[in-house]
Amino acid sequence: MLMLQEAATRIGEPNRVAMGFFFLFIATTLGITWWAARRTRTTEQFYAAGRTVSPGQNGIALAGDYMSAASFLGIAGLVSTTGFDGLIYSTGWLVGWPVVLFLIAEPLRNLGRYTFADVVAVRLRQTPVRIAAAIGTLATVSFYLIAQMVGAGGLIRLMFGISYETAIMIVGAAMIAYVLFGGMIATTWVQIVKAVLLLSGAAILALLVLSRFHWSPTALFAAAAEKYGDGVLSPGRLVSRPLDAVSLGLALMFGTAGLPHILMRFYTVPDAKAARTSVFYATGLIGSFYLMTFILGFGAMVLVGPDVIKSVEPGGNMAAPLLAEFLGGTPFLGFIAAVAFATILAVVAGLTLSGAAALSHDLWVSVVRKEKAGAAEQLRVARIATVGLGILGVLLGITFKGQNVAFMVGLAFAIAASANFPALILSIFWRRYTTAGAVTSMVLGTASTLVLIYLSPTLQMDVLKHESAWFPLRNPALVTIPLSFISGILVSLLTTNRAEAEGFDGVARRMHLGSRG
Amino acid sequence: MHDTRLADLAAARWKVQVVLTTLMIGMYFGFILLIAYDKPLLARLIAPGLSLGILLGAAVILLSWLLTWVYVRWANTHYDAALDRLRD
Repeated sequence: MLMLQEAATRIGEPNRVAMGFFFLFIATTLGITWWAARRTRTTEQFYAAGRTVSPGQNGIALAGDYMSAASFLGIAGLVSTTGFDGLIYSTGWLVGWPVVLFLIAEPLRNLGRYTFADVVAVRLRQTPVRIAAAIGTLATVSFYLIAQMVGAGGLIRLMFGISYETAIMIVGAAMIAYVLFGGMIATTWVQIVKAVLLLSGAAILALLVLSRFHWSPTALFAAAAEKYGDGVLSPGRLVSRPLDAVSLGLALMFGTAGLPHILMRFYTVPDAKAARTSVFYATGLIGSFYLMTFILGFGAMVLVGPDVIKSVEPGGNMAAPLLAEFLGGTPFLGFIAAVAFATILAVVAGLTLSGAAALSHDLWVSVVRKEKAGAAEQLRVARIATVGLGILGVLLGITFKGQNVAFMVGLAFAIAASANFPALILSIFWRRYTTAGAVTSMVLGTASTLVLIYLSPTLQMDVLKHESAWFPLRNPALVTIPLSFISGILVSLLTTNRAEAEGFDGVARRMHLGSRG
Repeated sequence: MHDTRLADLAAARWKVQVVLTTLMIGMYFGFILLIAYDKPLLARLIAPGLSLGILLGAAVILLSWLLTWVYVRWANTHYDAALDRLRD
């Protein structure tokens, strides 16, 4: 039986179609980078694509930045092995987007230039605020990057049959090339190409699945229930502890609004109205993608089977590629494998660019050089930071080889929700927020998240294999988000600063009217 | 004169923001709390193959998008028009 299962798939063998599509993707995106490089002469072009990206383009690029391989492969895998429990993630990953739209997108565009620290620091003292914001940004970016890199190495080894280290180096080299030469213009177009590939790949897969079930999703779900019991359609053991579900939900909902690589995208459009419209498009695209994961997951459960999926990779991550192979043979498997690769490559490029902006724009230009750096120097430092972060990403990817790093995505969201999000909200909406309050909420948000994750069952039991953990929650957001808000408010009230409060009038005005108003 | 108009607009926008954000948070955490505390309800089948849980999960996604549409529509008609008047 096991022999049969192993013989049934060509996953893990070098796949010519996959290689072909992969090289086509690399060639196309490097072509785009070459084209973008000639349009990347200023810092505004490097960080913000010259603010000429249209709302439609930015909507697709936002979707591209957000839909990582973890959601494509991970959620499809989770649904195919657990049924309904996997769907909890499909909804959870979307619900942050309305929050981004209602509270963040327009003020961010009107108040900042390149990073979210621009907004927090606008009426506060530059140096401490920018250092604290850079800590939050770099922590978020690093953990997200490690998770993507390790995932990439493993996936590519599994799908293309090349070694883990080679895979990581290819990812690192391509992402450095995009960002270094093409800046935000290239990164945006890589996201667009990737989003179109991912959405169409998922749509073709979903349609092929539905064609076998009289084009009816409920017929598919019914087939799953008939084969594996009604339990696959209802909540199961994954959410055995309610507070865990709420805490993860908080991290996902508010973390989205604090992810540096997502926030940075709002600076690429011409004005606040365009920022607003782009979130509407992005939410629609991301929502339809997560609805398709319902079909892909249950399709893989019925057509491939949870046992076969787990025998290829215990985490279930190969459900979508296996489904593609079942429905369209080796060529379609190759296409989906190449799409997964493109997905990872695009996300790491976006992460690297936002990290480079924190290092060069926030730390070097503001903190070290006190805004005295010339345009050429700013661009040079941004590029040095890009190469540095790219190499760091490769080294971290190789260091964490074979480690269980799935929790790092949740950690990145928790830091974004507990450090970046409260600081943004308080600085935009609260007159009495002070420098000391901002620094406290950001530093305490980051530090408490790191400490509590270390003490949580996620690390103590799953990774370190201890018997128990000191802190009960798997994701600390339920504690760390309120902690960051409350500490920021308390410290602000204790350090009342009249000049900073008066500066809020200008902020309140610019938040609506932009710098022109 | 100018500043009271801006303050009025800011207050109107704040109201929309609070209402929509509360709806969003209520909707999603309502779903999560049902998953946590009333599993039998979500397991109920409304049609062959369609449990209430799956229906609500899809509904959360669709309603989230609907809420973004509501906001964009409000902003495009009321908010932008008021901003234009302020800029004059």
